[in-house]
Formats: sequence, structure tokens, C-alpha cells
Amino acid sequence: MLRQLEGSRAVAEAVALCRPEVVCAYPISPQTHIIEAVGALVRTGKLQPCEFLNVESEFAALSVAIGASAAGARAYTATASQGLLFMMEAVYNAAGLGLPIVMTLANRAVGAPINIWNDHSDAMAVRDSGWIQLFAEDNQEAVDLHIQAFRLAEELSLPVMVCMDGFVLTHALERVDLPGQADVDAFLPPYVPRQVLDPADPVSIGAMVGPEAFTEVRYLAHLRQLDALVAIPRLAEEFATRFGRSSGGLVSTYRTEDADTIVVALGSVLGTIKDAVDALRDAGERIGVLGITAFRPFPTDAVRAALARAVRIVAVERAFSIGFGGVLSTDVALSCQGLPASVHTVVAGLGGRPVTRRALEAVLHDAAAGKLGRTTFLDLDTIVVERERARMAADRRSGPMAENILRDLATSAASPHAEEGR
Amino acid sequence: MTPTPIRFYQVGSFAVGNRLLEEELRTVQSDPRRANSLDRGHRACQGCGEALGARYALDAAVRATGGDLVAINATGCLEVFSTPFPESSWRVPWLHSLFGNTPAVASGVAAALRVKGRSNVRVVAQAGDGGTVDIGFGALSGMFERNDDVLFICYDNEAYMNTGVQRSGATPPAARTATTEAVGPEPGNPFGQGKDLPRIALAHGIGYVATATVADLHDLEAKVIKAMARHGARYLHVLVPCPLGWGSQSRDTIRLARLAAESGLFPVFEAEDGIVTSVRKIRHKVPVEDYLVLQRRFAHLFKPERRDEVIAHLQALADENITRYGLVAPEEVEV
Ligand SMILES: Cc1ncc(C[n+]2csc(CCOP(=O)(O)OP(=O)(O)O)c2C)c(N)n1
Ligand code: SF4
Ligand SMILES: [Mg+2]
Repeated sequence: MLRQLEGSRAVAEAVALCRPEVVCAYPISPQTHIIEAVGALVRTGKLQPCEFLNVESEFAALSVAIGASAAGARAYTATASQGLLFMMEAVYNAAGLGLPIVMTLANRAVGAPINIWNDHSDAMAVRDSGWIQLFAEDNQEAVDLHIQAFRLAEELSLPVMVCMDGFVLTHALERVDLPGQADVDAFLPPYVPRQVLDPADPVSIGAMVGPEAFTEVRYLAHLRQLDALVAIPRLAEEFATRFGRSSGGLVSTYRTEDADTIVVALGSVLGTIKDAVDALRDAGERIGVLGITAFRPFPTDAVRAALARAVRIVAVERAFSIGFGGVLSTDVALSCQGLPASVHTVVAGLGGRPVTRRALEAVLHDAAAGKLGRTTFLDLDTIVVERERARMAADRRSGPMAENILRDLATSAASPHAEEGR
Repeated sequence: MTPTPIRFYQVGSFAVGNRLLEEELRTVQSDPRRANSLDRGHRACQGCGEALGARYALDAAVRATGGDLVAINATGCLEVFSTPFPESSWRVPWLHSLFGNTPAVASGVAAALRVKGRSNVRVVAQAGDGGTVDIGFGALSGMFERNDDVLFICYDNEAYMNTGVQRSGATPPAARTATTEAVGPEPGNPFGQGKDLPRIALAHGIGYVATATVADLHDLEAKVIKAMARHGARYLHVLVPCPLGWGSQSRDTIRLARLAAESGLFPVFEAEDGIVTSVRKIRHKVPVEDYLVLQRRFAHLFKPERRDEVIAHLQALADENITRYGLVAPEEVEV
């Protein structure tokens, strides 16, 4: 049914359609509206049977999900940013135990400085944990990915994280088509665990494993993730047949047929990128877009195929590895080894800074003209940066960096970001 | 004819031989049909109090639930010595997730069983003192406060044993651990620190809180069985001497547990619905010194010279417990 819904509300209803049996919640912006809405659906009896637990931390939230999943229940939770890091140990544990938990990650920057706005630093911090990570481009895809996520998780016995951009998606009102319960039930059969705590068949789960087998256990986890490279497109196809729209899959392409320059990105920024690409196409540039929906497992072959004829690749990333550079670009570059294209990183939209079409057009225009360096920070306020560097060089006790910069921005009209900084 | 209560003073241990008792009064452990929940072959040290306590506690829980039991285990000695895979000593369904999240994992298991309509299957969570009073404290408090249907058992050996005997929030004052060495002007663990978890549990208003030791296994079993007859959050704190960490003889494990109780250092009591309903009275009060002197972790109190003021300080703590819980019946006071 078509409805005008907030992203969080739409996702909550999609999750409810998947009939999770245990939901645990700990609030953090911008995830709050999702768990509030799921909680209300449980209370009104629309989602039943379901145990909704208000826990005392994210570490407990995911741990409750771990226990519930190991005891054979379909388990769901949601978090963001600091919350994801607070549950980090359990994130690895859930994957190591092969528990098909589904978690929404309402992507948000990681502090310090504390910042509630959107970027992908949180998701990147756990990319090696063994969770499948899917990124939604818009709210319709967020809805559809959740329905596919439960199916995928349970088929492979692996946890799945559905990443949706905080505020940009979670708090945006969009037209969304929510499927009917009967169709979801037909697509998503009841959960049959691969291992379960059962007095009738006692097993020990979570035993210690030493050097004699640890490599094999880890390798098998890797193989299972690689299995997802086959399962994800298959499920997307099945989803399309049943629900009449294509959502999910490993990657999506836009105007790449004859493109010399291909922009690669994750999540909602793809919308703005496509607008910028349209404008550049109109100006006669041969440019296209590759959206990565499945970031883990990384779809190396699909990415390589999509980029095979590109002259240059621009990865627009909402996170980066401090002291090195691009994260997504590294994966892209390795996938394209031996291909002629140069790979450029554009770090954009950190901590919620808007990624504007104008700024993107400028940087992509530079790229097409062969003028883009290896790593670029989009819209970086170099004046502010230089001022702080000068302060640090002049005075050992130059004070807290973030606060200095905010003070600068408050007093300086010269800065293009003075408005947002406040 | 009114039966005379059984009192066996002839053995120093106060132990009651099962053979002398009616069948229904015998321990679960003496029953050939016991579950052997923690079976032989595990790798605990000789005389490990934790292995003993866990075996008795879980077998009692299995009996109380007719075998419908799931055990959740924190990281620690109990987890490590019982499951170097592919060998597992557990004959009950058993899950280990992490060190600090055991109460939350147990809450999740209980929630799953409830939603699946299998509330007949009960959940026991177990952890060492570190996993309980320190790293698992937040999750434990959450589980208590939500009154989730879990019996949480802490096997208290008074330090982080699995990592090599470091201090925990349950380490007693003056005790030597690897991080409170017996060096410097005030050797051992400082006075005035640490947590009394049974009282903290009581403050949560949960239905059942009890302490026990491996010196009185009858009592331990009875408390587990009583706890399993109730629902909601329940807490059992069991003192389990650790020969390796305490520097004691393997053969003295039971004796040390008994001396801890008989000196008043470890009060054994039971509280139902917030009220202390029974206290295990001290039979023959012993000075704390009798307990301390058997353990190398307290050796610095006696050598190279006696530290009478420290011993007296520990004695005062024991006496405080005796007063708080009424551990010595007035007519039985002995000095
Ligand atoms: C998060 C985390 N921190 C530290 C450890 C290391 N560690 C493993 S077991 C253990 C000690 C356990 O002590 P306790 O809970 O008292 O149980 P015991 O071994 O004494 O029975 C520690 C510190 C860990 N596994 N995980
Ligand atoms: S170190 Fe202590 S608790 Fe650990 S197995 Fe040995 S005796 Fe038991
Ligand atoms: Mg311990």
C-alpha cells in the first residue's frame, strides 16, 4: 500500500511485517523513531507474538538479541554511532556465533567531537566484523532491504545490518509502498535455526577454539559471506517477482554504458550524485554512477565488471580511515587491479555536512578534466584549518581544537560554513 | 513422638553423611540419577571450588526443572576449563557469549522461550565474581530491574582467576592478588573498597537473593531448588575457594569455605521478597585468623612479622557481618 511515511516509521512497519519475536531497544538519535514505533506496534498488539525489551545499554540490546536468536527466536534491534561502538564486542560475537540477527543502523558520525548527524563512520568501524552490510539509497529501499535482510540472515545463518542514513532517510517523509502481510509471509518463512539451545538436544555453543581450528572457523565465516554474493541477487530477483519492484541486489548502475568517469558511492548520497551526473551529461560529459548496495560482502566481481571500461573512478565516501584515506576506494581499487582506470577518493558529508549538487558537479568536472588528486575533502574550509594549525604551532596550550574552530566560525563571516558550524 | 533435629558434631566438618539420612533428605548429588550437568574430564585445578559449586548448583537446577534447563555462562575459569572444544563437559544446553553480557544474553534466552510458548524451559546464568560484580554489573542490574526470569549464580572466588589472579570488586581487603601485590607500606588489597553484591541485589527488590558456600552443599542445593520454584530475577552468590588464586591446599577448599562462614567473613543467608528469611548460624565461631593463615594470599599478615592491626581490622569486618545478619544465636556465642 502506498503511504506518505517518515523513513523510521516505514522501516518499523516493515520490520513488524517480518514478525520478529524478540526486539530490544536502547535509544540513540537518529534511530529513536524506529524503536519507538516498533514498541508501539507491539503494545497495540499489531506485532504479536513479540517480546519488546527496554534494556540498559546497546551492549545489552545486542546481547539480548544474541540470547534470543540462540534460543530460536527471530531477533531485531537498531542503533547508530556511539551505540554501535558501545556494542562492538557483541557485534563480533553475534557474527562469530552465526546468529541471524537483523539490525538497523541509522548511520551517524562517531565522536569525539560528539555529532548526531549523518555519515558512515559507524558502519565502517564494523565492516570487518562478519556482518552482512546493506546500504539503502532511499526509504523504499530501506523497507525492502529489511524484508530481504531477515530472509538472507536466516538462510545463511549470519547477522545482517541494514544501513540507512540518519536523518536524511530516517527522518524524511517519502512516499513508500509497504507490502501486504500475506506477501511478506510467503517471502519470509518462519525462522528455523541452524543451532538452538534445547534441553531435548543439548549442545555447547560458544566454546573456546584454539589455534588448531581458529583459521578454519574464520575461513568458513568468509565463505559464508561469499555465499551471500550469490544469495543477495537471487533474493532481490525473487523479491522483484513477488513485489513487483527491484530493490537490493549487490550494486546498481546509472548511465554507465559509455562512461569514462564513474562515481561510486553508498547510501542516500547516490540521489544527489545522480542529479549531478545528469547535469554533467547534459554538458556533454560521459559520466555514470555505480551504487554499492552490499558493502559486506564486497561484490568485487560486480564492481570490476561495472568499472571495466572506465578511465577514472571517483569514490564519494562519507567516512575515511584517518591516517590513510578512503575506505570504499581501497576496496574499489583492489577490485579493479590491472584495469586502466585511476581511482580518486572524495571524502564528503562528514558529520552531516550537506553534500550539495553544486559542490559535486565542480569536483566531478575536475575529475573529468583530469584535474582531481588522489584524495579530496569536499568543501573543506581551509581557512579555518590553517588558522588552527597556526594556533597549535604558536602555543603549546592552544586549547581544544573543536572548540577553537567553533569560536572561529562564530566570529568569522569569511567562512562558507559559518552557518552550519553554529 | 517429636523427632530430634539431626546434629552431627562428631565430625569437624559438620557434614551429614547421606547414608544417615532419609532418602528425600539426601543431596541431589548422591542420587545415581543426577544429571552430571558438568561432567568429568574438565580441566579445573584440583580442589577447584568453582567446579564443585557449579556441578552441585546445576544438577540441583536440573532436578528442580525436570531437565528443562538452559545454562548461560560468562567468560572465566568455568567456561574455559569446561569447553576446550571439541571437548565439552556440559550435559545441559549451554551458551557462552562474552564476559560482560551474560545477564543480558540470559534475558534474551528467557524472552525467546516465553515468546515461543516454552516458559517451562528455565534459564540459569553463571559467572565468576569479575563477570558479576565488575564487568557484568550493568547488565546484571538491568536484568534484575526488569525482573527477567533468570536465576543468576555468581561463583565468587574473590578475584579474576582465569587471567591469573587479579583483583576484582569482590577481592577482600588485605588479600594479595597479582594487581594488589603484598609489597609496599600497605600490602594487599586496600580496605574500604569493593562491592557487596547480595545486598545490591536486594536493593533491586527482586524476589530471591541468597548466599551459600561449597562447605554446605546441602544448603547450596536447597537454595537452587527453592530459587527454581520461583519466577522472575533471582540471585545466588556462592563462595568458591580457589586453591590456585588463594594459595591454599587443594584439600582445604571445603574447609576454607566453612571457615569463611564460621568466622563471619562470609555471611550465609537467604532473602525472599526483600526480607532476610533465614540465616545460617555459626556453629563454632572461629577467629578470622584461622581462616587467613591457611592462605598464601594473606601470608604477609603473618610473615615476616605479624600485622595485628590488619588482622583486627578483618576481624572487625567479620563481627560486623555477625551483628548485621545475627549469625550467632545469643546462647551459642563462643569465643
Ligand atoms: C571484555 C573482556 N575483558 C577482559 C577479558 C579477560 N578475561 C577473561 S576471563 C577473566 C577473568 C574472569 O574472572 P571471574 O569473572 O572472577 O571468573 P573466574 O575466572 O575467577 O572464575 C578476564 C579478566 C575478556 N575475556 N573480555
Ligand atoms: S584457577 Fe581457581 S577457579 Fe580457576 S580452575 Fe583453578 S581452582 Fe578453579
Ligand atoms: Mg573470580
